[in-house]
Amino acid sequence: MPKYPMLEYLWIVPLLPLLGSATSGLFGAKWPNKIVNWVAIGSTGLSFLGALEAVREFLESGQVLFHKEFFTWIAAGNFRAGFDLQMDQLTVVMVLVVTGVGWLIHIYASGYMAHEGGYYRFFSYLNLFMFFMLILVLAANYVLLFVGWEGVGLSSYLLIGFYFLKKSAADAGKKAFIVNRIGDFGFMLGMFLLFRAFHTLDFQAIFTSSTLQGWPVELSGHLGTLTFACLLLFMGACGKSAQLPLYVWLPDAMEGPTPVSALIHAATMVTAGVYVVARSHILFAHAPTAMLVVAIVGCATAFFAATIGLVQTDIKKVLAYSTVSQLGYMFLACGVGAFSAGIFHLMTHAFFKALLFLAAGSVIHAMGGEQDMLRMGGLSKKIRWTYATMLTATLAIAGFPPFAGFFSKDSILFSAFGSEPGGYILYGLGLFTALLTSFYMFRLIFLTFHGKQRYDEHKVHVHESPNNMLAPLMILALLSIVGGWLAAPAMLGTGPDYFAEFLKPVFGGVEAAGAEAEAHSLEITLAIVAVLTALLGTAVAYWLYLKRPGKTDALARSMKPAYTTLLNKYYVDELYAAVIVRPLLWISTNVLWKGADVAGIDGAVNGIAEGATAIGDGVRHAQSGNTRSYAVWVVVGALVVIAVIFFWPFGGKAVVGMVR
Amino acid sequence: MVPTNYYVILSAILFGLGVFAFIFKRNIITIFMSIELMLNAVNLAFVAFSQALGKVDGQVFVLFVIVVAAAEAAVGLGIIILIARNRQTLNVERVDLLKL
Repeated sequence: MPKYPMLEYLWIVPLLPLLGSATSGLFGAKWPNKIVNWVAIGSTGLSFLGALEAVREFLESGQVLFHKEFFTWIAAGNFRAGFDLQMDQLTVVMVLVVTGVGWLIHIYASGYMAHEGGYYRFFSYLNLFMFFMLILVLAANYVLLFVGWEGVGLSSYLLIGFYFLKKSAADAGKKAFIVNRIGDFGFMLGMFLLFRAFHTLDFQAIFTSSTLQGWPVELSGHLGTLTFACLLLFMGACGKSAQLPLYVWLPDAMEGPTPVSALIHAATMVTAGVYVVARSHILFAHAPTAMLVVAIVGCATAFFAATIGLVQTDIKKVLAYSTVSQLGYMFLACGVGAFSAGIFHLMTHAFFKALLFLAAGSVIHAMGGEQDMLRMGGLSKKIRWTYATMLTATLAIAGFPPFAGFFSKDSILFSAFGSEPGGYILYGLGLFTALLTSFYMFRLIFLTFHGKQRYDEHKVHVHESPNNMLAPLMILALLSIVGGWLAAPAMLGTGPDYFAEFLKPVFGGVEAAGAEAEAHSLEITLAIVAVLTALLGTAVAYWLYLKRPGKTDALARSMKPAYTTLLNKYYVDELYAAVIVRPLLWISTNVLWKGADVAGIDGAVNGIAEGATAIGDGVRHAQSGNTRSYAVWVVVGALVVIAVIFFWPFGGKAVVGMVR
Repeated sequence: MVPTNYYVILSAILFGLGVFAFIFKRNIITIFMSIELMLNAVNLAFVAFSQALGKVDGQVFVLFVIVVAAAEAAVGLGIIILIARNRQTLNVERVDLLKL
């Protein structure tokens, strides 16, 4: 028995969900829901326990990094890509978030999906997603990471298009897949560039290589290999994590079932881009230009998505834009070098955003499938538990102390404030986004749970969700409250930021030294400003949606151009359709399809066939079936041969010579 | 001594008659006979050249041709009898089942 059995057999953690997926996928069609539940929730739960045990062993062993090669997957020349898993503090956070939140959402889904067709299929896909996501976060090289990366994309596609009979769902799945493919293209180019520079794709081999140690920091204006590699990796991250300009797929992805939105499109998969940037932080540290791009894109996305979220009326769409916006925050943190703050926000966001989606799912469940907030209202008394948990998550995302979002968002804004260059702009935009966030989240709360009831009570039977849906909500609500407390001592000035301390072995090399006393008072000031901002957003939402319910229409009318632009999401989809999709379709239809395929390839093949037919048609008249005509041909042939032999000037002698 | 070219010219005339009849006659038996005529015209040429060159090769060929002609006659007449039985005609233009 090895000393740390779970670490030695770390592959069990991702394998369990894969087994669950295969079992329910292959044999589950005829099983009752109960058995599928056991397989799906059981395998994920065991995986969670395995991950917990592995983390315990890792922390007990006190290693900086656990790394194990299980088998060689690709070996070509001096290139090796293995099934190598690793564990460090960053992986610990990711693995626990993925398996823990994933498990809770599995439990929730067993209630939410209970009356849906294709129950086994849903859980098979969901387990498959867990497998790939675990591969992604446990991988010890870029190639294996990419396997997980593509795998989660596949599961996401399958689950967005779960209701594949609905055209909008099938289209949304395709859109997600294709937009992600654009990002993956950049990701692969980034990997190739890294391989060219370092001759390996193992994380540790690259990060500790002497090549990288001796690599000069590529100052702004100097576009070197690392800058390009980082930007290309970030392009992949933009696709997966829905950043500008590749964010368009995420709002559409809400076509999938709500647990999927919670697990894949809020808590875990979309954070993969942040994870990759954080994982490659050493590379990014050598490429300040790339860091700046990450910060700007993140900040711009946070703001941009938040503005769209202001006017959406579909409850899930609001949350989708909110997710894009919060992911922007994480990238902002990574871009200004505060990787641990970014990962911190990733974790707290996973808690409260999963909770928001699950609670929204509970609302939709209660309303019998209604998603339009304008047809809700006054639900707080009817579904108390859902209301309480959703309010918790809203307070967390809006950044009120002592909820989790307050600490993580505050540390991001603090890092942005101190960053060079352009820290004030990033901070200002980030703060303004926080204002928008608290406004649109409380708008959601007020429209959904407060005010007059705007639905027909005789048609909709509002009912609280079953316990297996409420239990995950409560656990997540608890996590949304306490999840940020690891950073609380730093805020209160009584101790260090335990979360940052925990991640120090990973990020210690590149992050700025801990906050000094002077910085601490600054942080307090900024925190107070942030809370006041959040309060302002809440107050505005309260005034507009509860005090003066008619005021919003007047406001919308008085700012009609701005309002319509926001309502139509800045016409980005239309712009992409006009600039990219339609030209591509035109080229595909007229050049590739009608030109190359029909005229060129089909034309050549059919032309040859038609030519052969035509020649045969012409020649067949020689074969009349009339014996005497054959005789004539024989005679004519004989005469021709004789003529050639005797009268052809050159050939004749040769033929005669051959005869002799 | 008759000069060789007399034989050859006679042979050519006979062969030409055979070809002519082969093409223009409709009765299968007549066509068959014209083939025999062509074979024997060739035989004549063989014998004539054999005589002129003082070699026996030509005569050996003639024997072969006679043997083959005999065999062919046996098979050919059999076919003709079958055609006559099945189609009630000997007109070669009516034997055209392979025509499209």
